[in-house]
Amino acid sequence: MGTILTLKNVGFAYGPLRVLRDINLEIKPGEMIGILGPNGSGKSTLLKILDGILPAQEGSIALYDRPLQKMKRRQIARRIAMVAQENHFRFSFTALEVVLMGRFPHLQPLQFESHRDLVIAQEALSATQVADLAGRPVHTLSGGEKQQVLIARALAQEPQLILLDEPSSFLDLKHKRAIFQLIANLSREKELGVVVVSHDIDLAAHYCQKLILLKQGAIYAQGEPAEVVTKENIEAVYDCPVLVDQHPITGRPRISLVD
Amino acid sequence: MKKWFIKTQNKSSPSGSSDSRTLDPLNPSHISLSSDASTPRTLILHDTDFPDSSFSLQPSALSPDPLTASPVPLTLRKVLLTTAAMLFLLLLTMTVALFIGSADASYNKLWSLLHRTLTPEDPFKIILFQIRLPRILLAGLVGFTLALGGVVFQALLRNPLADPFVLGLSSGSALGAVLGIFFGFSFQIGVPLAAFIGAVATIFIVTSLGGRSLGAESATILLTGVIINAFCTAIIIFFIITATDSRLHSMLFWLYGDLSQSYFSPLVFLGPVILIVSLVLFGFSRNLNLLTAGEETALHLGVEVARTKYICLIAVSLLISLVISFSGLIGFVGLIVPHLARMALGSDHRLLMPVSALGGAIFLIAADTLARIVMAPAELPVGVITACLGAPFFIYLLKKKGSRWERS
Repeated sequence: MGTILTLKNVGFAYGPLRVLRDINLEIKPGEMIGILGPNGSGKSTLLKILDGILPAQEGSIALYDRPLQKMKRRQIARRIAMVAQENHFRFSFTALEVVLMGRFPHLQPLQFESHRDLVIAQEALSATQVADLAGRPVHTLSGGEKQQVLIARALAQEPQLILLDEPSSFLDLKHKRAIFQLIANLSREKELGVVVVSHDIDLAAHYCQKLILLKQGAIYAQGEPAEVVTKENIEAVYDCPVLVDQHPITGRPRISLVD
Repeated sequence: MKKWFIKTQNKSSPSGSSDSRTLDPLNPSHISLSSDASTPRTLILHDTDFPDSSFSLQPSALSPDPLTASPVPLTLRKVLLTTAAMLFLLLLTMTVALFIGSADASYNKLWSLLHRTLTPEDPFKIILFQIRLPRILLAGLVGFTLALGGVVFQALLRNPLADPFVLGLSSGSALGAVLGIFFGFSFQIGVPLAAFIGAVATIFIVTSLGGRSLGAESATILLTGVIINAFCTAIIIFFIITATDSRLHSMLFWLYGDLSQSYFSPLVFLGPVILIVSLVLFGFSRNLNLLTAGEETALHLGVEVARTKYICLIAVSLLISLVISFSGLIGFVGLIVPHLARMALGSDHRLLMPVSALGGAIFLIAADTLARIVMAPAELPVGVITACLGAPFFIYLLKKKGSRWERS
């Protein structure tokens, strides 16, 4: 399968403040990529550039060989879905209505959702294990359930690539695991490209096939978890002494803080 | 695992419901993930979790839990039926309003009217069709526009408490109207024209000052509106204080909404314009749904946010400027009616927009009828009625429901 998204020497600055530089990245179907880095290292900006919300001021981004910046939002939304950190639903929508919003890029302006759209939305709710919450207003859902509904909405877009911004923040251990398992399974079963920004290095190292470590807007290291999550890399990027060892069962790298 | 997700044929089967209720979506007991490094990780769904293939994951239809009401998405049929019902209500209200008033419609008069035995010069006929009918039609158009404007502004600013005048165009048009009255312009053309120019000037100032933030922040626009409001109000007060008695009366009536100066001629123009612009706005109804979930979310989902905001903001503001030029300032319609519609029907703008607009027309016709009869033969400004009805009702709702706008 071809590459979904290709970034070449991408750079971005907010005014005089350079946030990203020289980002080279390829995202392939079925691949789960974790983006790590300290606060302010450019993770969220990179995610917005991948979704075309922010323009790449330097370099180029291609979505299946087409320049991303020349595409309309509708066209992008049919291929790339974003699960952002959003928790403000000031208007009352049910979970099913929220997931049906994912069908927007596939519908004409005055077209109503067809039976097929409904099936896709319900399938998405089932895939994220929240089919029984379809009729609940979203603001009554717990943090974990809300996250599952938002992932379902992303699936309803029928994308080839899903971007997730800190999907596990504010979640407890059980729900963190559930969300990451869910994403990993979806990526594998549906051949989806997945890019997930996370502060949780262990979680990312456990589930992602590939990690990208950002430092001050540039890629400090990328590759398999074992290559990226090393004592030297983590200490250099996070400026904090750590101990890195191997998970006794999975063999994936694992970090602990040391005084 | 594809088999078990939707089944509609056995919605009423109680067995389906109990099964699905016991399925904890996050409970790993029915999903096991082998985490052995040597084997690839796989998702295993144990068959015992899904006892039969007609297993229903729509427990909501059976569940006694009111929070899980049956999730039926909006259909075109529902929109059309609800709109038709509202249209019927509107016609009913108009008919009743036509026959209520200080000139009493006696049974005999009605009888002869229906049998076309009244002469064209009969005062009753003149009151009904030359005075009341244009007034009812104007009230309907104004209510329609204000409520529609309220819905659109609330979605654009993602604030359920926004009203159609947030851009400050009420004060801009009030300043125009007060100046018009002060200089003795006619109520047929001069005053509405002055009010319209005032409103359009305000829109121009607000969007050019806050315009850069149209695609992103709403706060700048709101602040600019507030500032313009303060400035215009100061000038209005100056003219009110220096105005003479009869003009002062006209100014105060305008500021609280006055539908008594209604003629057929502006309606011929207002009606089609409002209809066309409303249809254009309705084309954005689904974009507005997504905007209420957040501007960035809307972008992610494929909405051209900046374009949607710009077109809706300008179209609605122009439309409102146009109608209030003829009606004066009428508060609360754009707040109360969309609120009620939201509580009854949810937040989908494809349903919310037509229902609110028609509801606004009904509400304002009813309020104006009250304004005509409460102190008959004297009249109240209709804005006094809407505020007197609206404010207590609003406080009651806020107290009962909190500021969140949810389906009841």
